[in-house]
Amino acid sequence: MNDMRLTQRTDVSQTKIAAQHVDVHYGTTHAIKDVSVEIGDRLVTAFIGPSGCGKSTFLRCLNRMNDTVASARVTGRITLDGEDIYAPSVDPVQLRARVGMVFQKPNPFPKSIYENVAYGPKIHGLARNRAELDGIVERSLRRAALWEEVKDRLQAPGTGLSGGQQQRLCIARAIATEPEVLLMDEPCSALDPIATAQVEELIDELRQTYAVIIVTHSMQQAARVSQRTAFFHLGHLVEYGETGQIFTNPRDPRTESYISGRIG
Amino acid sequence: MADTPLYGADSPAGSVIDRIRPGLAARRRKELRLKIYGLVAMGIAFGMLALLIGSLVFTGWRAFTQTHVTLDVFLDPAEIRAETLPRGGFDSVLEASLLQYFPEATERAERREVMGILSNGAQFILRDRVVADPSLIGQTIRVTVPTSDSYDQLRKGLIDRETPERLRRLNDAQVERFDRLEAAGVVSQPLNWALLRNADSRFPELAGLRGALVGSFWLLLICFLISFPLGIAAAIYLEEFAPKNRVSDLIEVNINNLAAVPSVVFGLLGLAVFINWFGMPRSAPIVGGMVLALMTLPTIIIATRAALKAVPPSIREAALGVGASRQQVVFGHVLPLAMPGILTGTIIGLAQALGETAPLLLIGMNAFITSAPDGPFQAATALPTQIFIWADSPERGFVSRTSAAILVLLSFLIAMNALAIFLRQRFQRTW
Repeated sequence: MNDMRLTQRTDVSQTKIAAQHVDVHYGTTHAIKDVSVEIGDRLVTAFIGPSGCGKSTFLRCLNRMNDTVASARVTGRITLDGEDIYAPSVDPVQLRARVGMVFQKPNPFPKSIYENVAYGPKIHGLARNRAELDGIVERSLRRAALWEEVKDRLQAPGTGLSGGQQQRLCIARAIATEPEVLLMDEPCSALDPIATAQVEELIDELRQTYAVIIVTHSMQQAARVSQRTAFFHLGHLVEYGETGQIFTNPRDPRTESYISGRIG
Repeated sequence: MADTPLYGADSPAGSVIDRIRPGLAARRRKELRLKIYGLVAMGIAFGMLALLIGSLVFTGWRAFTQTHVTLDVFLDPAEIRAETLPRGGFDSVLEASLLQYFPEATERAERREVMGILSNGAQFILRDRVVADPSLIGQTIRVTVPTSDSYDQLRKGLIDRETPERLRRLNDAQVERFDRLEAAGVVSQPLNWALLRNADSRFPELAGLRGALVGSFWLLLICFLISFPLGIAAAIYLEEFAPKNRVSDLIEVNINNLAAVPSVVFGLLGLAVFINWFGMPRSAPIVGGMVLALMTLPTIIIATRAALKAVPPSIREAALGVGASRQQVVFGHVLPLAMPGILTGTIIGLAQALGETAPLLLIGMNAFITSAPDGPFQAATALPTQIFIWADSPERGFVSRTSAAILVLLSFLIAMNALAIFLRQRFQRTW
């Protein structure tokens, strides 16, 4: 909130996630170097940058998915609604229910479509009975714009859907626990242009309810879906600002080179 | 830089193709040679297998039938009384019946020789029938009883009639008597169900695998009950929960080494620890099962870890991403997906255990036991040790029975491996 670059430009959105001086080491590799950023609520924030720049690593810090990597070490402070998510009192299981994630490759469970969506609510005990669970599944699938396509075959395996449908199923699965933040790690990189367009449309709608953070390799996609963009390079957060400004009037020469296609 | 050709400045266009072409024939020949080596290797392997099975079938097939004699026996109330059952003169009534065909045999020695045609077990077969139904006493009943081993060999052509009499196991008179029985049409050679129904016996014509089959069943059951849960638990811990450090590396190396320990060492361990120290019963399937479980454990752990590793990380990430705990990820997603691989590994481990002989010899499961065990605490033999015992027996009849027993063991092994393949095919998922 006292980040100068942001307060100058946006005043409508509240800060949902704030990172201060975050460093990530994988063994001896220094993957993220002193990154501080504030992610606004009900906005789509895009992380862009060349391969290996650390954008996915940073994304995975936000729901502590890096905990599962034994060699990863995260220092610094990341807060969700002002609460330190790396505090010992925070259970990563609970955190991940609040901060949902969609992965690069569609990864539905090899179970039925219904089971895929119902899994999160089930393990967290969010539904009191079958009817309530049915309602959650239907609403999640509707919001993921998949309901009309699958409502007649909810018991069919989720892995039998097309790639784009699978990714929307994964989005439905992620939003079924009513998270506050949705992390998307290159959600369209395995999809064809039509499916990509559908998912992008969906991202825009999800913004009404969630803070969405999307990692993408496609600058066009970042420009299309996001309100704010962060450019990562070699583990540094080079530049962070409103998407329009980043793409039309970058301040850092490295950002300009990347956007104009000279590095990457 | 872009104008300089990579393959010599003077080479004209198409030179790359020109350079590739001369090597092509050699590359193809190399490929063909490799293919031929493979085919030859396969041919040798299959030839060996065919030789093994062929020789077993060749010597073993005769044991699947057994020569029998069918007699009409008068259950003389003077010899057999309902009050004294199961004791009674069953051999006398059999003798009386058989002697009808040999009226000339009046001398005691000759009569005994005539009775030698029948198996020693014939009187017990008759006894069991009468005990089951005492109202038969006083009637004439038709019984089919096995002949003794020598006459069985004679009928199967394993005793050569051309051999000089003094070198033959049956003299001319004995052969002539058997031929008269044969002419009377009372000799038959039905399927040898005794091979599966009877337990071991000193007499080849009565010896069967029932005790060994039941013993092997208890062995495998105990082996499975111990090694399956322990193996899976150990594998899950090592693969999913254990910190990756020196200690877990050391454990991993040791488990792999354990899989290579000779089985006789496990037998010694069983003898020293389970029998001598814990005082568990000798020759009992419970001890054998525990020893085999120790042997199977590394196989199951290694197979389970491989199966767990093969589950794609995306599934774990998906489950973690919606907030599943480690335990929920493992038991809800990873383990079900790994199950086909785990079951396959387990069945192959159990198949190995089924054929294991050395450790069972050390804990005394090669004893001579003439009844099938009622439970895992009773002395028993197992299929491989029964084969060992029979192979060691001098009677001619055990030669073919040994091969037959090996065929029975092999068919169980093939069935188990087929089950493993079926499970893998049926439940394998693709991502």
